[in-house]
Amino acid sequence: MSALLVIDRLSVRYDSRHVLRALSLEVRGGEIVALMGPSGVGKSTALRAVAALQPFDDGGIVVDGFELAPGPVPPESRLVPLRRRVGLVFQAHALFAHLTALDNVTLALRHVLGQSRSDAEAVATKLLASLDVGARATAWPSQLSGGEAQRVAIARALAPNPALLLMDEPTAALDPARRGALGTTLRHLTKQGRGLLIATHDTEFARGLADRIVSLGAG
Amino acid sequence: MIAARTLGVTGLAFCLSTTLGAQGASRRELVWGGDAEGGAPFVEADPANPSRVRGFDVEVAERIARGLGGEGRTARFVQVQWSNLDQSVERGDFTLGLSGVEDTPVRRARHAVTIPYFEFREVLAVRPEDAGRIHGLADLRGRRVATLGATIAYDLLVAARDSTGLIPISYDDDVHPYADLARGRVDAVLLDHIIAQRALRRSGGPGGAFVIVAQPVAIGHYVGVLARADAVLRDSVDAVLREAMRDGSLEQIFRRWDVWDPSQGALFDRVLRSDRAPKAAGAARGISAVAYLPSLAGAAGVTALVSLLSMMLAVIVGLGLASSRVYGPVWLRVATTVYIELIRGTPLLLQLFVIYYGLAGVVRLPAFLAAVLALGLNYAAYEAEIYRGALEAVPRPQLEAARTLGLSELQILRLVRGPQALRFALAPMTNDFVALLKDSSLVSVITVVELTKQTAIYATNVGSWVVPGALCAAIYLAMSLPLARLARRLERRWRPAA
Repeated sequence: MSALLVIDRLSVRYDSRHVLRALSLEVRGGEIVALMGPSGVGKSTALRAVAALQPFDDGGIVVDGFELAPGPVPPESRLVPLRRRVGLVFQAHALFAHLTALDNVTLALRHVLGQSRSDAEAVATKLLASLDVGARATAWPSQLSGGEAQRVAIARALAPNPALLLMDEPTAALDPARRGALGTTLRHLTKQGRGLLIATHDTEFARGLADRIVSLGAG
Repeated sequence: MIAARTLGVTGLAFCLSTTLGAQGASRRELVWGGDAEGGAPFVEADPANPSRVRGFDVEVAERIARGLGGEGRTARFVQVQWSNLDQSVERGDFTLGLSGVEDTPVRRARHAVTIPYFEFREVLAVRPEDAGRIHGLADLRGRRVATLGATIAYDLLVAARDSTGLIPISYDDDVHPYADLARGRVDAVLLDHIIAQRALRRSGGPGGAFVIVAQPVAIGHYVGVLARADAVLRDSVDAVLREAMRDGSLEQIFRRWDVWDPSQGALFDRVLRSDRAPKAAGAARGISAVAYLPSLAGAAGVTALVSLLSMMLAVIVGLGLASSRVYGPVWLRVATTVYIELIRGTPLLLQLFVIYYGLAGVVRLPAFLAAVLALGLNYAAYEAEIYRGALEAVPRPQLEAARTLGLSELQILRLVRGPQALRFALAPMTNDFVALLKDSSLVSVITVVELTKQTAIYATNVGSWVVPGALCAAIYLAMSLPLARLARRLERRWRPAA
């Protein structure tokens, strides 16, 4: 199967300091790739560059045929194809605090994909149920536990059905039992050919789950 | 630091000396109060030496001082706002109030009042084209008639409102009524003939912007006012005034200021013939609190309406300013910053004057509209800063999450950033609205009679601030407390289990 994501010698500098130096990796459909390394080596930076949340200085990124070039982040109007292809689950979930779990998931379906409220809610309800948080649909983000919030955040990222899902430190707030359940869930997500790139410093989790591990050294 | 402290001490000493003016005055001084803002020919700052005052009331005060006691006293002037003269004299700020003070039954009942020393006529001023039609108050049905608040003229207009249906408009000064007559904001002005003639001279004399109706509406008298406890001193002042009428010195003063006419001679004769003062003009008014409740309620309605409309304008303009400042190109950010700093850096009172009087040559705004505009545009600057702060307080990950979902910048503002910012903005907005409710009292300077102004009129009439002040405070609280509670509830609803 062809690569969903190709990162080629990606470099990011803050001032003159390299945060990321010549990172190269590929993620293919149906594959889970773990991006490993101690904190501060640029794992999150790499994910943010792929999601076009921050500029990079050298190298290239291709997501399912859509190319990102070094230099400033393009305006959102030029990023529409990328937004359709890539979902991102933030480390701290970043659920919209003023919306219920269900409305967090339906937001993009209704306002980006133009679905009706009832259609969007049907999709969202199914997604939340498949992630084991169907009962929490009407809860506010502040009422959710860490694990529940993370599942809702995954549902939100998956709602527009992206081919590539990026996850930043998904096990950071989970106890061991939840960690195992999360692994099962993520493996299930690859069934329809989706690719996952997971930034983590949790060696055990990465070894147990990932098809491939890319290690980032310090500096 | 040392300089500042010295300045502070000097300032404090100055305040104390001013406050204690009457009490601390030597026996050789007569401290008298008047309002130099009222201007010539009563009391005005001397153009040759603005630290001194001049005018016929100044000379009357000096004449009285000279005649008091064995070897006489010297007169010392203190500035007091005209409408506060009665209360101020009872407080002991000065001994004798003299500044076109009118002889009314209420004043006589509450204070020690001298014999009348000048007779004035309440005259109407109208635009030249109306001169043939308007001869008295009865010809002014449905028309707007301006005067100075808390005067006999104002009482005449209020009485005529019920009998002839004219619309009384109350001003805080006696200059702007004539300016607004010329501009067409009012149809007539009712004031003392001295004031009318002065205004006529200022507007270019006969053939100017208005004419004075020959037939006076009423006759009144100027008196001096002393504290009720000073009845003995009042009798001495009366004696000096009678002496000045007899020896011609009072006539000389009035002739010097070009306000002498035959009716003054007749007044002097009447006063000198009888020991008793002529009957005061105007009817004694009922002063029970109940009588004022309807007008206070109406004024509270004006306050609420002005505040609500101003706040709506402030929110709309404030949102525009804030989005320009957060999202706009550089030139727009600079322009909004200039607007915000200009508005926040200058007094609201000044902005009110500029919008109502300053712009009158370009656009003649009705007073109510000018009030809403001035308050709204002023508070918009403060709202804009609240909204900007609130927009910038929305955590960045929330905005980035919205971007990764494919929402456009406008959608992010509408669906994510705006709603979240609203929660941050709600509490400061409520505080601002409560502040606006109270600042709305400033609009009385451009003739809008709202709660505080109506209370001041009430207080002037009953001669005390205790009951009117308490009523007024209670009404303001009744409006502001539920607001604060409502905002807290909304905040709770939008921040569930926070």
